Amino acid sequence: MILSVRDLRVSFRTHDGPVRAIDGVSFDLGESEILGVVGESGSGKTVSLLAVMGLITDPNATIEGSIRYKGRELVGLPPRELRRLRGNEIAMIFQDPMTALTPVYMIGWQIAEQIRAHRGVSKSKAMERVEQLLAEVNFPNPHEAMSRYPHQLSGGMRQRAVIAMALSCDPALLVADEPTTALDVTVQAGILDLVRKLRAKHKSAVVFITHDMGVVSELADRVMVMYAGRVVERGTRTELFSDPRHPYTRALLGSIPPLTGQKPRRLPAIPGSPPSLLRLPQGCAFGPRCPVHYEPCEASKPGLGSGAHAAACFRVAQA
Amino acid sequence: MIYAILRRFGQMLFVMFGISVIVFLIFFATPGADPAARIAGRNASSEVLAAVRHSFGFDQPLYVQYTRMMEKIFVTGDLTSFVNRGWKVVPAVMDSIPVTLSLVFGAAVLWVMVSIIIGIVAAATRDSWLDKLLMALGLLGISMPVYWLGEVMNLITQSRYHDSWAFSWVPPLGYKNFSDDPKGWFLTLVIPWITLAILYIGIYGRVLRAAIIESMQEDYIRTARAKGLSEARILFRHALRTSLIAFVTLFGLDFGALVGGSALLTEVVFGLHGIGKLTYDALQNLDLPMIMATVMYASMFVVIANAVVDFIYILLDPRLRAS
Amino acid sequence: MIDADRPILETRSLAKRFSIGTRFSAEGRRTVHAVDNVSLTVRRGETVGLVGESGCGKSTLARCLVRLYDITDGKLLFEGDDITSKSLSELRPLRRRLQMVFQDPSASLNPRRRVGDLVAEPLRIHGKLSAKGITARVAELFELVGLLPDHVMRYPHEFSGGQRQRVGIARAIALNPDLVVLDEPVSALDVSVQAQIVNLLADLQEKLKLTYIFIAHDLSVVRQVSTRIAVMYLGSIVEEGPAEEVFATPAHPYSQALISAVPVVETTPSGTRKRIILTGDVPSPLKPPSGCRFHPRCPIAVERCRSERPELQEHHPGRKVACHFPTLT
Repeated sequence: MILSVRDLRVSFRTHDGPVRAIDGVSFDLGESEILGVVGESGSGKTVSLLAVMGLITDPNATIEGSIRYKGRELVGLPPRELRRLRGNEIAMIFQDPMTALTPVYMIGWQIAEQIRAHRGVSKSKAMERVEQLLAEVNFPNPHEAMSRYPHQLSGGMRQRAVIAMALSCDPALLVADEPTTALDVTVQAGILDLVRKLRAKHKSAVVFITHDMGVVSELADRVMVMYAGRVVERGTRTELFSDPRHPYTRALLGSIPPLTGQKPRRLPAIPGSPPSLLRLPQGCAFGPRCPVHYEPCEASKPGLGSGAHAAACFRVAQA
Repeated sequence: MIYAILRRFGQMLFVMFGISVIVFLIFFATPGADPAARIAGRNASSEVLAAVRHSFGFDQPLYVQYTRMMEKIFVTGDLTSFVNRGWKVVPAVMDSIPVTLSLVFGAAVLWVMVSIIIGIVAAATRDSWLDKLLMALGLLGISMPVYWLGEVMNLITQSRYHDSWAFSWVPPLGYKNFSDDPKGWFLTLVIPWITLAILYIGIYGRVLRAAIIESMQEDYIRTARAKGLSEARILFRHALRTSLIAFVTLFGLDFGALVGGSALLTEVVFGLHGIGKLTYDALQNLDLPMIMATVMYASMFVVIANAVVDFIYILLDPRLRAS
Repeated sequence: MIDADRPILETRSLAKRFSIGTRFSAEGRRTVHAVDNVSLTVRRGETVGLVGESGCGKSTLARCLVRLYDITDGKLLFEGDDITSKSLSELRPLRRRLQMVFQDPSASLNPRRRVGDLVAEPLRIHGKLSAKGITARVAELFELVGLLPDHVMRYPHEFSGGQRQRVGIARAIALNPDLVVLDEPVSALDVSVQAQIVNLLADLQEKLKLTYIFIAHDLSVVRQVSTRIAVMYLGSIVEEGPAEEVFATPAHPYSQALISAVPVVETTPSGTRKRIILTGDVPSPLKPPSGCRFHPRCPIAVERCRSERPELQEHHPGRKVACHFPTLT
């Protein structure tokens, strides 16, 4: 097991009261497995992964629970130790490639910086490796690209550079936070293709965050759907897409307009909008928007259960 | 590159031309500024006045007078003062330049170094007692008027505590040429440097702190953390460099203005005969040639300082380089 | 009664160029060909969807259509009336009938005004309604877009993204326009909220007999909303036709690549759908390629494509393609 998260809770103190961004999230990730995490804004998908990376620097945040990487507990690890893992064994790809690179340094320098931070190699050795990496992520002219500044590259190329950087120390775990959301579909297709190939080659486990069900279904081995800081459904890709159980998953899949076949006159829409984390209902957070909610949903939050394909819903549990 | 330099040069000529015309016209439009009356003395007869007018060329049309004055500043270099007959203004300006440059340059080195340290320390220890203390001191520095601070400094180092071990090394007020007496040059300037720098340390320290804190919120800082870099490296290599852009802008403006004569108060307080003092005296006497010469010199420096800032910008930020 | 087949909006070889830099900058003055030679006809009651990668000129074209931008070249006709170079005051009566909805609802609403006020604003400027009439009309609009009557007194920040977009739509339809240009109206919204807005737009179109020009980067949303699709590449239309047909059997190699790139939910293992991955980036509109502008990235390009630019030609009724070798079925 590469990553094992148990009952993770992250909360922030704010002026308007405490915000529980993550409320008891658990998941496992095996070697060279791709886990897709789906959710909307405020679902906690990004915060949970920042917690894994030890990148929640906000002094108002409290992190509880357990995050084990290859059996080693990361929660409460001294910053120094965490830093040794970050970028080295656990790497991250961010959403917006336009702002993720420091604008004043060349691409090659920025990637080499990471290699040199973790491996005691000479500058020229590091640069050789950078050229290899850029070739691997399909830069047409890797040597020339090394001396380019971020603003001289297109969005897709920048994201490739960020991916090359993430791969530079052969991480066992790669965390990607909506890496294709800011890109055009044509560019996205190339990046998804690249992630698949690299996973096969480097055997890295990948956690891929997205709001796009289509992306998840193309890439992930297993899927986890989040809503308002909790996991509402998990399962393998096939289980989740051929037999979605949680009303939220079903509704979300149903509201996506089809790309082929007959167009429905109206889309089956979900009423309302995602709840504010400051004012979560006592019971199931999806309850107020749920087509099948009944009394038990008001009183308490349904648990996820322990099955491989599980949904946090009283209706599902009852059936 | 050559094109950019030529463009700057053209811009400088344009600015100097504009300013000189404005200064010239304002002078002749100022009531009581008639130079002939001043030169001829208080009770001069109308014949004397006319003679003076003629010998100085005041009876010529304004554009002729203007052209001749410019020619005398830039070509022959023999423009003389209206007030002290025979006093050549170009050499007078040339003599004052080293004084002002010594003062401003030394102070700039001091304020840049100290304010960078303060800005970094304050940003790194944000919201701690140290940060609050440094910012409070900075505010204090900004709020002290430079002439008052200078007088207090003089009071302490020249009279009250001059005989104590701490300040016995401070030489009397005045300027010593670097080439004649390097040690004396340095010692006479130490106190003026500190006085002038204190104000700017306050401003620059605060500006840099704010800029660093802003940079630290950027996405690329999160990337740098995800790379596993140390906090020190993130601060110095990734946050500081982008923060220096605001700092450099401010520096170019302030340095240009100070070299151009804005260090007047410091010069007066410490008895340094620099450009500021020269300009001030010339304005007091309504001495057009001297005003013109100092203004030309100042505008040249402001434009040069701006060009240097642009150049540093390009070094700091590759986005500004033409691809 | 107006003839339903008469186009409400028509462009003839419309072009929009921007100049960047000055004569004194390092590269001199340069021209961006943002929109180039676009001839598009929009008929009453239909929805024309504009699709293409970012930078393809779809948003610029939309802004030209409502004359937010001045048109460099070509003609723009509104109900047969040439409005290409009408002055702002001449356009004023038309503004009421041509409206626009933008992507980010929070950026286009003044945060210090109550939303009721914001919706009433166009009525005050253009309408001849009394104060009472305005209040009644605002209430009616709120009901139309699915907001509650007591929402009138709230401020924009008290709303969710979806509700703010409803306010934006209410503002756009306040004056009973004929044509509404929607520039990425659902892109900033959560997935679970997008469908609501898509449905709302469809309902309003039916009730108010609106004509839409719809821009979105989410192709499945565009397909859902549009009756016709125009695919744009580097400032020009490369393919045009009925939405379902273009998506089912795209004829231009670019449309094929674009549509195949959309990730769709599949329960079967991946790799069953054939995907065309384009190499390289969209060329700069400062230096568009010679011949067919798509040729450097086109998988089927031959020598002819490098030199000769294909015209947008009608192959079947209503189906236009600009390609020397279109895939026709």
